[in-house]
Amino acid sequence: MQKKISPKSIVILGNGISGITAARHIRKHSEYQITVVSEEHPYFFSRTALMYVYMGHLKFEHTQPYEKHFWKKNKIDLKQGRVETIDTKNKILQFSDGEALGYDSLILATGSKPNRFGWKGQDAQGVLGLYHKQDLESLEKFAPDNQACRRAVIVGGGLIGIELAEMLHSRHIPVTFLVRETSFWNGVLPEGESELINREIREKGIDLRLNTNLKEIKTDENGQVRSIVTEEECEEILCTVVGLTTGVSPNISYLKGSDITTNRGILVNRYLETNLPDIYAIGDCAEQQEPVGQRRPVEAVWYTGRMMGETVAQTICGNRTAYQPGPWFNSAKFFDIEYQTYGWVWAKPKENEARFYWEYTSGKKCIHLNFDTKSRMFIGINTFGIRLRHAFFDRVLQEGETVDYVLEHFADANFDPEFYPQHDEEIINQFNREQGAQLQRKKRSWKRIFSIPSQSL
Amino acid sequence: MKTLQQIGLGIFLTGLAVFVSLLFVGSYKLTPAQFEEVIQSKGIQSEVFLSEFNNQIVGKSFSNSHAFSAALISALDKANATHKKEREWSKVIWSKPNSFAYDIIKSTEAGVVAKNKALFWWLTFGLGILGALLFILPNVVLLGPPGIKNNGIWHSKATNRGWIGWMTFLFLVGFYILLYFYPNYIVNWVYLVDPISLKLSGNLASQWFLYGFLYCVVMTVMAVRMYIKYRNNKYQTLRTTSVLFFQIVFAFLIPEILVRFERPWYDFKNAFPLDYDFFFSWNLKQLIAEGGFGLFILVWGIVLTLVVVPVMVYFFGKRWYCSWVCGCGGLAETLGDPYRHLSNKSLGAWKLERWMVHGVLVFALVITGFTLYSYFSGASSVIGIKTQSLQDTYGFLIGSVFAGVIGTGFYPIFGNRVWCRFGCPLAAYLGIVQRFKSRFRITTNGGQCISCGNCSTYCEQGIDVRAYAQKGENIVRSSCVGCGICSAICPRGVLKLENGPEKGRINPTEILLGNDVDLVQLLNKK
Ligand SMILES: Cc1cc2nc3c(=O)[nH]c(=O)nc-3n(C[C@H](O)[C@H](O)[C@H](O)COP(=O)(O)OP(=O)(O)OC[C@H]3O[C@@H](n4cnc5c(N)ncnc54)[C@H](O)[C@@H]3O)c2cc1C
Ligand code: SF4
Ligand code: SF4
Repeated sequence: MQKKISPKSIVILGNGISGITAARHIRKHSEYQITVVSEEHPYFFSRTALMYVYMGHLKFEHTQPYEKHFWKKNKIDLKQGRVETIDTKNKILQFSDGEALGYDSLILATGSKPNRFGWKGQDAQGVLGLYHKQDLESLEKFAPDNQACRRAVIVGGGLIGIELAEMLHSRHIPVTFLVRETSFWNGVLPEGESELINREIREKGIDLRLNTNLKEIKTDENGQVRSIVTEEECEEILCTVVGLTTGVSPNISYLKGSDITTNRGILVNRYLETNLPDIYAIGDCAEQQEPVGQRRPVEAVWYTGRMMGETVAQTICGNRTAYQPGPWFNSAKFFDIEYQTYGWVWAKPKENEARFYWEYTSGKKCIHLNFDTKSRMFIGINTFGIRLRHAFFDRVLQEGETVDYVLEHFADANFDPEFYPQHDEEIINQFNREQGAQLQRKKRSWKRIFSIPSQSL
Repeated sequence: MKTLQQIGLGIFLTGLAVFVSLLFVGSYKLTPAQFEEVIQSKGIQSEVFLSEFNNQIVGKSFSNSHAFSAALISALDKANATHKKEREWSKVIWSKPNSFAYDIIKSTEAGVVAKNKALFWWLTFGLGILGALLFILPNVVLLGPPGIKNNGIWHSKATNRGWIGWMTFLFLVGFYILLYFYPNYIVNWVYLVDPISLKLSGNLASQWFLYGFLYCVVMTVMAVRMYIKYRNNKYQTLRTTSVLFFQIVFAFLIPEILVRFERPWYDFKNAFPLDYDFFFSWNLKQLIAEGGFGLFILVWGIVLTLVVVPVMVYFFGKRWYCSWVCGCGGLAETLGDPYRHLSNKSLGAWKLERWMVHGVLVFALVITGFTLYSYFSGASSVIGIKTQSLQDTYGFLIGSVFAGVIGTGFYPIFGNRVWCRFGCPLAAYLGIVQRFKSRFRITTNGGQCISCGNCSTYCEQGIDVRAYAQKGENIVRSSCVGCGICSAICPRGVLKLENGPEKGRINPTEILLGNDVDLVQLLNKK
């Protein structure tokens, strides 16, 4: 390896957040030759922002975090094309157009693909998903407005499903939302939060059907969606667009027949190394052989993709580093309600866990704390409609602070814009009432806030 | 609700159409008695002008202000040409032709508008306000519950540089050109506000009174729109109330009331060097002649710029001025809000901005230096450059063309803060303080950014907010006016405007919060 004439050539397959983060960090620490290959679009764009393009908040170009000259300036070569197979013996990527590209090290960052469960009619005109840029084009074609699309049915009650509902709603298209579970996203959210979101969805005029599965999609003589039929009631719902948002799985079909070991995703060890030397996998497509802590083996979120990118770059540049993310965090937005989470708040409490739930009278804000019954150690928090400070929770989770500490310092944790109504008083009073505790609210202290170790420099 | 909006739009457009048509109507006639008055008040000594005037103008009627001013200006030109040739300097009429024509036309009080001021006020301002409110208010229902309300902005022809945007642009630019350079064509508009001016200051309105009044009206109506659009965000509603208050009370009412009590017109919040003629000799002379009160203004003006401004920027950032007090900022944040996303975010624009805005600051300081030197030494020129012509150049290029025509006229094309970003010398000064000595920053919430780009797109100052946020870095930029919109519309709650200790305010990061603790510390502490 080291004998090769430098510079070493690094090829990154996939230009999403994980691939691009890896490329940027490799460039920071090395003079290697870097090529990023992707099929979807020549430039990195933010997948999470696709919805805002359809909604008219952004133009597609705004979803691209770097100007075009950035890539040239940083000597990161971009190549658009679809990789068909990987010749791992000779270290060569084969493209669908017959081209080939050699590499010394290869980072696989090929993301996910939407799930399809073999429903009848799932390939009809007007059935679409929401993952790729091309899906936006389908949306513009089949659901440009509520004249062309009289009703849309969305199948699958996860984060992408609700985003799609918000998108269609923004163009005044009536939406029926089929959710398999008894309450929205209740595999992840506890009952209170899940119910709060059910209300929000319904308040927006979305026809939310809980406990409902899709049976089949019916088409007209032109192969265009005409209606769907539900599994339970066998009810037929007329519609011209069907959005399938029933989760994603790692996109690894191009590895079929290769000697890279895969399971659901590409199997990697803690160092993000696959079974073959010089081949790494990061982001949505990677699967940890041993899950990290309480995390899932396949983590399909933005932040973890980015962290894996940061980590693998260290390894590539000679500082072999394990993927060891800090405390879990995530965020989303459900129509007008923002959601953040730090640490773990499972849908159902575990044996050693106690919970504290507070909801504001508006029914649009709530927090849910999870802590250890015995040691009172703080385990996690869900927050809806109130922004909280990542640095605060990162610290309390790492330092193993108690729930009492968190509540007493809740003013420090608040991240809402200035002049927003504060609720820490109400929250702490309710906690004291329920738990028979006598916590005293501490006033916000800039000194404490800005002396958080992992942030101050 | 939708129909109500459409009716509102119809009424608004009718008001606007009447307003514009006033440029072309009226019959103007100068009676011999009025003629005498003009001669008296202007102290005209030119017999050429008098005879031209008598033959071509007096007693004749003109069907609109263009024809009338054309006749006046040609008489003036003819007279001046003759006298200049004959070197009869005392007979030359030195007034600017358009202003000269404006004064005369305005004083005739002729035409249908002048005779029905109140009626026409209702047909223009009245209909405009009513229509606009009918258009805006239904949004309480139509926009749905409080939240981020940017749906369809890039689809609408009004806000995506489509044809409605371009029409608005033409209208605004046309308006400013008339206002600054051809007041003689908008006499009818000024008549509309005569009654209000009389009530306030006891004088008839000038075109500047018209502008001030219109400014307040537009800001008020568009502030209603802000209240509805950003009703989820207390920072926005308070800030809007504040700029509205300062515009109406400080920029409009107090100065007019001062005039009523025969005091100099002064806007107490307008800080030098935005108030670029504060140190011009005519102003200094006027203030000093005024005695105690004038002196108070003089001292206040200096203290405002040298003490109040930097101290407040230290504690709160430049936002206290640009987004809470300033009139230009006030218009940008109300009338300009629908256009905020049109600002240019490229690196090139940032470079240009730094050159231009600091260039204007230097320019403003240089002319002030010249002015003060001339004032104290009595010399009319410094190192061969005439102070007066330097002042005129600044007034024309920066004060009128940049701040007005480009600054506001270009809202629908380049966004709403073109002036504040590229041209305002005060902003440059505030920005330097904010960058180097201030407690203000926009905190980035650890690793929560998803690089969606909403913040950058809606930053009116063209700051690439995302470039910082996605690296976990706080935003400390001289140009940030602290409008708080990036924070308001971030779908992941990543941004918070804060004043806190200076230590750690600027936090370059290599690895974001949330990753391996040791790695974060290792790399970020390097
Ligand atoms: C609509 C939507 C909203 C989301 N919102 C959030 C959110 O709010 N928060 C959050 O944390 N996460 C969110 N996610 C998830 C998040 O976007 C993903 O986890 C993240 O984008 C994955 O990044 P990645 O780099 O691993 O892969 P991707 O972004 O999927 O990039 C993979 C790239 O590889 C290319 N590629 C794949 N195979 C090949 C091949 N054979 N040849 C050539 N190129 C290939 C693809 O074209 C693609 O561009 C959202 C996802 C979607 C779809
Ligand atoms: S800071 Fe917020 S608005 Fe800006 S890119 Fe990040 S997530 Fe989007
Ligand atoms: S950075 Fe944010 S607060 Fe500052 S000017 Fe831009 S949008 Fe306004």
